[in-house]
Amino acid sequence: MKRLMSGNEAVARGLYEAGVKLASAYPGTPSTEIIENLNQYDSVYSEWAPNEKVAVEVAYGASIAGVRSVAIMKHVGLNVAADPIFNAVYDGVEGGFVIISADDPSMHSSQNEQDNRHYARAAKMPMFEPSDSQECLDMIREAFEVSERFDTPVFFRMTTRICHSKSLVEPGDVLEIEAIPYKKNPAKYISSPGNAMVHRPLLEQRLLALADYSDKSEFNRVEINNTNFGVIASGISVQIAREVFPSDYSFLSLAFTYPLPKKLIHSFAEQVDEIYVLEEVDPFMEEQIKALGIEVRGKDIFPKMFELNPAIVRECLRGEKQELSDLDVDMVARPPSLCPGCPHRGFFYSIRKKKKAVIAGDIGCYTLGGSEPLSAIDSVICMGAGFSAAMGMSKAFELSGEDKVVFGVVGDSTFFHSGITGAIEIIYNKGRVIPVVLDNSTTSMTGQQDNPGTGRTLSGEIAEKISIEAIFRAVGYEKVITVDPQDLTAMEAAIDEAIDSDQTCAMIVRRPCVLLKNVEHDFKLCEVDRDLCTSCRRCLQVGCMAIYYVDDKAYIDPGLCTGCTVCMQVCNFDAIHIVE
Amino acid sequence: MSEAVKSIVLIGVGGQGTILVSNVLTSALVAAGYDVKMSEIHGMAQRGGSVSTQIRYGQKVYSPLIGAGEADLLLAFERMEAVRGAAYLKEDALIIVNDYAIVPPPVASGKASYPDNCIEALSNKFKVISFNAARVAEELGNSRVMNVVLLGAMAEVLQLDSLDWDTALKENVPELFIETNQKAFKRGRELARSEEKAYEA
Repeated sequence: MKRLMSGNEAVARGLYEAGVKLASAYPGTPSTEIIENLNQYDSVYSEWAPNEKVAVEVAYGASIAGVRSVAIMKHVGLNVAADPIFNAVYDGVEGGFVIISADDPSMHSSQNEQDNRHYARAAKMPMFEPSDSQECLDMIREAFEVSERFDTPVFFRMTTRICHSKSLVEPGDVLEIEAIPYKKNPAKYISSPGNAMVHRPLLEQRLLALADYSDKSEFNRVEINNTNFGVIASGISVQIAREVFPSDYSFLSLAFTYPLPKKLIHSFAEQVDEIYVLEEVDPFMEEQIKALGIEVRGKDIFPKMFELNPAIVRECLRGEKQELSDLDVDMVARPPSLCPGCPHRGFFYSIRKKKKAVIAGDIGCYTLGGSEPLSAIDSVICMGAGFSAAMGMSKAFELSGEDKVVFGVVGDSTFFHSGITGAIEIIYNKGRVIPVVLDNSTTSMTGQQDNPGTGRTLSGEIAEKISIEAIFRAVGYEKVITVDPQDLTAMEAAIDEAIDSDQTCAMIVRRPCVLLKNVEHDFKLCEVDRDLCTSCRRCLQVGCMAIYYVDDKAYIDPGLCTGCTVCMQVCNFDAIHIVE
Repeated sequence: MSEAVKSIVLIGVGGQGTILVSNVLTSALVAAGYDVKMSEIHGMAQRGGSVSTQIRYGQKVYSPLIGAGEADLLLAFERMEAVRGAAYLKEDALIIVNDYAIVPPPVASGKASYPDNCIEALSNKFKVISFNAARVAEELGNSRVMNVVLLGAMAEVLQLDSLDWDTALKENVPELFIETNQKAFKRGRELARSEEKAYEA
């Protein structure tokens, strides 16, 4: 029976059906739910890796050892994982090996909208781009066949609207795939220059064979309805094209998009006079089609950035701009902010008072410490840059003579992902940086996933709880301060102690995320005494959604407050108290 | 089954239970044999941001996405979010709005004030059914069923008689809470019916 499934659920089901034995991933929106769904199948070993590069290496190792495997990440994760991927393409596979990347056009939850299709071309690996959930399931199965038949890693490119849209899916049968008996094969699996030089021309031959597959693949579909007009589209754009263009246009719907089916495209162009190429973000297909000497309309009329929808495409084509009625309401934005009771609040509120402090932040919920009114972060670049960018800043201040105190701030999951190398860099090159780990015992922004510091694996098994303190000490920090950020006095004292210390010093700011379900929280409720409130608005500086002004006095929303007492501690007039 | 594809937008604030409502609606539609596509944005939603779900159903649906000026119905879980969501609506579309405000961070920090004319402005352009579903839920003894009160109102205006709402509700709500949810659903239906009558009169 058909079921309504998200693309992520359908991919998970397809991985299970394809007989995948090992899956490794690092959480990242919009990809996170793939492995979370895969975890329900006992026949698959699924794990959270410390980062995407590790995930790819683990999965590739499993392939070399003879089983079908997959590595899953969001688009920027592929930047981290690029190194093993490029080499794995040269060496090929034993068990089928697929790399899933979920791009995020429009940057709903990302710091850029890079188009990862370019990676397929740069690394010379075949690529699938499904357009709905059924294709997610069917194509992930096919991706393993392609991987084993052509002896190559296969790239599976999704986007937010594929991952998080639901459509009807008919599940299939589960394949019985035997592990391939292990045989040592150093000429294939040792990436040395000598072997690489042998692999390089073979890679070109493989691409020719894949181009032939692309022309014949059932997933690249031609529909000639009209010799005047036609559309070439891939991914979600296939659905948008069907929605917007008249049904009597001709369609070339592409899902195996690297190498492109050149013969198929030539034949389509011979039968259709005017062709539109519809694709999100970069002109990936368009430029390659034009290089074939085929004239098409594409990014000259359609947007080069942000996701597409039918209304946008219609407007580009026909100039039919929907007149939006002006409702004459003064709208207020609803930016995401730290949750009421969030342990990060106490740290950011305390550190923002240090006028000499420069804070290099990182990717996670705590990026929100840079938003008003806390405004406590100076930079956020990418996973792990919190420590290493802080190092560069501190060296620059040393060289320029500016009087600054530099903090590098990362979360616990980010510390294990790529913060540790930055912590080593600071010690090794004698940086004057105070590395801070905001340890809320989870990977929270992506939905509270476990990580090497939580003591639990993806499958819920008890694991070694890797100590952040022990790592700092082991790499040479003489002083490691651990503090509860909910106690503002202790928090400020810890910051002062770190600044004044003559020793190399690291800080761990520890309290569990309020959203964690497996923790016993000491939730309470705070309330404002309107007679004592002087309307000074100091409590608003903590940036908590639960506290706002009603009739010119502070008011705490009992539906939102967790009784963290941070606002109570900053009030100078004892106007806030805990409800007994 | 009508051939025309219908487009519905649900909008609210993270944590208000928009996802449950869309799950009940889509499972009822699927059981009745409709082709259904649904698209949602999570990500930062948990942190008090604006959240929306788009649902399209009919005999054959291609795009899961609804663009500006394309939706037939807006179900808004919050007053100001209703105004934000109105950009999706066709000219003659219908809005069901929860007459309830959640203070956004810029208002909480005193940098902006919450607009006081949301429902009035919407009523000038669209057909609006509004009531305070939060209060209704509290009267029913569980403030968390606010979303199902709104679902009931939507079920009433959609006029999809072939849908088995009760089964869909049971599939998506824990057994322990089913009775309150059934009451909330019924209450939402009644409210929408009387509001619609008031409109016609």
